Amino acid sequence: MSGILDIVYAEYNYWIYVTLMMIGFYAMIAKKNLIKKVIGANIFQTAIFLFYISLSDVTGGTAPILMGGHGGEHAADVIYTNPVPHVLILTAIVVAVSTTAVALALIIRIYNEYGSLDEDVIRAARRELQPEFSEHARQKSVAEVSEQ
Amino acid sequence: MIGFDLIAPHLPVLTVVVPLIAGFLTPIIGWIDRRLPWYWVVLAMFVVLLIAGNNLVTVINSGTIQYKLGGWDPPFGIEYVIDLLNGFVCLIIAFIAFMVSIYSKESVKKEVPGKTTPFYAVFLLLITGLMGMTITGDIFNFYVFLEISSLTAYALIAMGDRGDGVVASFNYLIMGTVAASFILLGIGYLYAVTGTLNMADMQNILPGVYESKVVLAALAFFMVGFSIKVGLFPLHSWLPDAYTHAPSTASALIAGLMTKVGAYAMIRFMFGVFTPDFVINTTQMTNILAWAAALAIIVGSVLAIAQSDIKRMLAYSSISQIGYILLGVGLANMIGMEGGLLHLLNHALMKCALFLVAGAIFYKTGIRNLYQFKGLGKKMPVTTTVFLIAALSMIGVPGTVGFTSKWYLALGSVDAGQWIFVFVILLSSLLNIVYFWRIFDNIWFGHPHEIENIKRDEAPLTMLVPMVILAVLCVFFGFFAYYPVHYVIEPLSEALLGLGGVLSR
Repeated sequence: MSGILDIVYAEYNYWIYVTLMMIGFYAMIAKKNLIKKVIGANIFQTAIFLFYISLSDVTGGTAPILMGGHGGEHAADVIYTNPVPHVLILTAIVVAVSTTAVALALIIRIYNEYGSLDEDVIRAARRELQPEFSEHARQKSVAEVSEQ
Repeated sequence: MIGFDLIAPHLPVLTVVVPLIAGFLTPIIGWIDRRLPWYWVVLAMFVVLLIAGNNLVTVINSGTIQYKLGGWDPPFGIEYVIDLLNGFVCLIIAFIAFMVSIYSKESVKKEVPGKTTPFYAVFLLLITGLMGMTITGDIFNFYVFLEISSLTAYALIAMGDRGDGVVASFNYLIMGTVAASFILLGIGYLYAVTGTLNMADMQNILPGVYESKVVLAALAFFMVGFSIKVGLFPLHSWLPDAYTHAPSTASALIAGLMTKVGAYAMIRFMFGVFTPDFVINTTQMTNILAWAAALAIIVGSVLAIAQSDIKRMLAYSSISQIGYILLGVGLANMIGMEGGLLHLLNHALMKCALFLVAGAIFYKTGIRNLYQFKGLGKKMPVTTTVFLIAALSMIGVPGTVGFTSKWYLALGSVDAGQWIFVFVILLSSLLNIVYFWRIFDNIWFGHPHEIENIKRDEAPLTMLVPMVILAVLCVFFGFFAYYPVHYVIEPLSEALLGLGGVLSR
């Protein structure tokens, strides 16, 4: 038992990100409510951000700002954390925010149209509202033509 | 031409910058006069077409172009690389987008009334995203452009059919977010093992760490992510709704380009980030891809037969056609690869023409149910002739583009010793005849009683011209497939399969 715990503890950051990711993924696929799907997407993306951030950490590293910079002599033996993933994630956060914004805008329009955010209700409403291209309509149009 | 000398070294980046700037200026242009955005978009797309054409000619004549953004050297800064592969794809994007932009004038005015200016702004941003995805040599930059193109595609689809369009867009958004997140995760994995984001640099470093399971996981994430993006069979559920309910112009653009760029990205990551030997022999990824593609070809064709909405039928047909492209890539021999890459061009031409025809018919009659198309052959002779040519090309009648690429694919399958794929291609062609024949039958032979009273009522000229050009090209490249094959596709296939050539530096 302690063996497994040791494995989990040694790389607990990865375990956390995988767990979060699966929670988000589950919500995106299984939840019927559209808002919950968007929340799931956010958790999913945040989990990936955490993965990138924990990736960039270097044991004993400090913030990636030049020590003794600004005219002074650069300290050569300082260990810095990797700044690149942080920068990447700043960009990815912006992308995630815009995705969420678009999703919420779509949800508002869906709600105005169907009066519900539940997937099943929307599907039922669509089937009722749009018989135009359904199999029933096709047979009807075929029947109309053959009558002539 | 003093000015041109100043611009010439920056032409690679201008393929992305021109539509970007033009996109952000569109609201101002539209504020001055609501009729202007169309002229503005056509102008911008024409400029992009010239630049993309010039880039490809430069690549053919003098080899790969590298452009360092901001003057930073490649492994550290972002680099744009144009080789034959993305020069070719860029030209397809620019050409299709130019055609669609000409076509869009009347269609957009009717289908998205009052929102033409935002439509055109988003249109240009979509082109920015697709161009950026294609041209960049940096995988994180690639991800950002991927999201730009996805977000703008969601917006375009949501402008379509009231209600349905929005729901389709939302479903696409959820699927697209999963795909993009998988790709982001894959990029993270590769960065973790190589410490670089530059594609060429990564390709040099990766062979040393192929033992690592992280690299395998990254490859799996990329393949699943791109499979969602291109709508490969089991992951295609977003595609039919999105294509059906988008405005006609957006359908043509998205069907013609989005999946092609996804397929390009798949090829680029398989052969330009990982090495051919790794994907072909070590992991058997191309083999898996070929079988998945064969499945997609059959299932897409069968599902297309069941549809009565023409746009939905074309969407399912897209799923099967994407299968052709990926089958060619999956065969991983010279001829198969040539067929797949040729089909990238051919399918963009054919499918774009078909969606434009569907849009023109919808514009004139408001009908999308193909059982109500009776008498259209007399009412809209030019439009339906374009449809005939593009559909025959889709079936693969000799003398059209569809035949050349299917021929190459069949030869490639024989070459690989996979006779079952030859059978799949033949079967799918037969199924294509079945679902297109229903439409031919209705358009020309299903005469309603008042056939004498049908007046000729053709679509406006701005719609006809691009459709006719695409149809002519469908036939032209059917007879003269030599030009793209000789100048681009042959050297490209050699390079991709690691037989020496442009991609490796």
